[in-house]
Amino acid sequence: MKHLISIRDLTRDSAVALLDSAQQLSQVNQRTVKSLPALRGKTVVNLFYENSTRTRISFEIAAKRLSADVINFDAQASSASKGESLKDTAQTLEALGAAAIIVRHPMSGAAHALANRGWVSASIINAGDGRHEHPTQALLDALTIRQLKLSGSDLTGVKVLIVGDLEHSRVARSNILLLSLLGAAVSVAGPAELVPEGIAAMGAKVYKSFDEALAEQPDVVMMLRVQLERMLKNEAFTTRDYVKNWSLDQTRLGQLGKETVIMHPGPINRGLEISNQAANDPRSAVLRQVENGLAVRMAVLHRVLSGEVTN
Amino acid sequence: MIILKNLTLSDGSVQDIRIDAGQIVEIGRIADSGTDCTDLIGLAGFVDPHTHLREPGFEASETVLSGSRAAAAGGYTAICAMANTEPVADNSLVIERVYDLGMEAGLCFVQPIGAVTKGLKGLELANIQDMSSSRAKVAMFSDDGMCVHDENLMRQALVEVKKFGGVVAQHAQDPSLTVGAQMNQGAVATELGLTGWPAIAEEQIIARDAQLAQETGARLHICHLTTGGGVEVVRWAKAKGIQITAEVTPHHLLLTEDLVRSYDPVYKVNPPLRTADDNKALLAGLMDGTIDMLGTDHAPHSGEKKDCEWENAAFGMLGLESAASILHQVLIQSGAGDWKLFEEIISKRPAKLAGLDNHGLIKVGVQANITVFNPHERIGVAEMNQSKSSNNPYLGLEFVGRVQHTIYQGQFTMIDQSVRDQK
Repeated sequence: MKHLISIRDLTRDSAVALLDSAQQLSQVNQRTVKSLPALRGKTVVNLFYENSTRTRISFEIAAKRLSADVINFDAQASSASKGESLKDTAQTLEALGAAAIIVRHPMSGAAHALANRGWVSASIINAGDGRHEHPTQALLDALTIRQLKLSGSDLTGVKVLIVGDLEHSRVARSNILLLSLLGAAVSVAGPAELVPEGIAAMGAKVYKSFDEALAEQPDVVMMLRVQLERMLKNEAFTTRDYVKNWSLDQTRLGQLGKETVIMHPGPINRGLEISNQAANDPRSAVLRQVENGLAVRMAVLHRVLSGEVTN
Repeated sequence: MIILKNLTLSDGSVQDIRIDAGQIVEIGRIADSGTDCTDLIGLAGFVDPHTHLREPGFEASETVLSGSRAAAAGGYTAICAMANTEPVADNSLVIERVYDLGMEAGLCFVQPIGAVTKGLKGLELANIQDMSSSRAKVAMFSDDGMCVHDENLMRQALVEVKKFGGVVAQHAQDPSLTVGAQMNQGAVATELGLTGWPAIAEEQIIARDAQLAQETGARLHICHLTTGGGVEVVRWAKAKGIQITAEVTPHHLLLTEDLVRSYDPVYKVNPPLRTADDNKALLAGLMDGTIDMLGTDHAPHSGEKKDCEWENAAFGMLGLESAASILHQVLIQSGAGDWKLFEEIISKRPAKLAGLDNHGLIKVGVQANITVFNPHERIGVAEMNQSKSSNNPYLGLEFVGRVQHTIYQGQFTMIDQSVRDQK
């Protein structure tokens, strides 16, 4: 595997192998000396065109635990703001020795362009492109679900419900593709204006109401972050209506099963898509998701840079 | 003098044609020897109702000369040049400049199209009468690239062109429904995370303009139809006797939105590539006469406008050099139509639309504008190299059928598949 751009790049077997690898690497994070020499001497660049603290830090720590050299290139504050193209920036970084470029970009397809247009030969890892995909987030979510719900290798039989702003969510797109690839039954629910046309074709059953979807007793409820900066431009959006219909509030929390897992990709808007109580609930896997993010990103970096699976 | 021997015309007859002093002087059996055209098809020179030449303003992408070369290579003897240059062709000064550059190049007739509104801004009408009475005798007006979306302005434009029998060519795209649109709206756009361009944005402008054309009694032309629904609206308007014509591009007949999965901006075009069902509806519209003609929407862009992220890339693709080969594939090879229809679509009807009396017919006594098509030989993208730009979406494809010779005003502008510059 040279790049990770889209879940479409993975087969069921290669996805399971990545999860197995991440599971094994997660043990490194429990040790006193938390590093492996796997990528010593290799340079990894975080090329971020969007603000992101947690994903960038997660990739940075993952690369360091594998002994790679990490450079953080904040594209907003640098040459990109002077009009340098993505192509020129990437070629410059490669000339400086980057073996892998981890890219986050506000435009869908930016990572795909870096990997496929012959601009650079470095490995490209997509850390989120526009509304398209965020594959490492889906992998860490799949690992989290597998740890909590199953002993098997894939997610056959698990019912996952994804709720909220599907229109703008790359997390939702990657998760629908990956979780259904792994055998989970994926359903989605969100306000009509935020459910994009044809999303069912990606492998999700669409519910028109949160409560109706909850009545199906999902094993996992994944709440998406309300992208307030986009919502406020939508004249039909009001916080009050959203909370009433789409928030995982106290009442809905009470309808969840004892073993139901609550997930959220972060950062959380407490009191909006998820109530304070729900976020603090023992069934919430939010911090486990963050931990697993580290392991998954180590596995992905290792895979694309060494060409090996670690298990 | 040129003599074409054993040429098969669109009616199926095999003829010799003698051309002298720019005119067709004899059609029949001619004893003298000449250029052998056995098994080749002789058609009225092709006419493109929709070309972007980029001069003045964007000469790095295309000039009138390079675009004329591409036209000759594609079998075109006349092309209509859209107004979105810099400065915009919204006055007779720019119009006559483009017209003169076309004459200088001498490779095909360049008919400038006038802008409908000043600066293509959609705020106030350009001086349409002034352009109509210029040396270039503009009959067709378009803000192509932009839609004339204000109803009142569109109505005024129709009233204005009616005075001299002109036509408004509309780029049908409701701007409020296509803010930031990147590709066809639907499941593919959803998965790719690109903003959708819904069919309704095209269909409702066509419906509105058809009604305005009915009310004003003016002529309306619809540029680059792309949707099955749009075909239905035009069919309805024609049934009501409204003076409406429509064009389809080669790429909307052949390519689909699935190509966008590559995120390669060579497939980025406005209006966008749509579905296989739309391709079928467009071909059906062409077959039953709802769609009148082929328009290439030849839109050259220099490398950096395409070698970037999808959303940053420019809209548009090349078309002049591949159009006839694609029409041959979808119409003739498929068995859907015959050479008569082919000639109507690529020459006669667009000539009539743009008021080009010297084009669209092969008969004794008219200016000799003839394209000789070779339906047997293959052509690939590598050979389509006359444009200054290379945003050709047919990379990796090969077509059966190509232009063999192009004759413009009685001179070869392309002979044996090779473009011949004029003095």
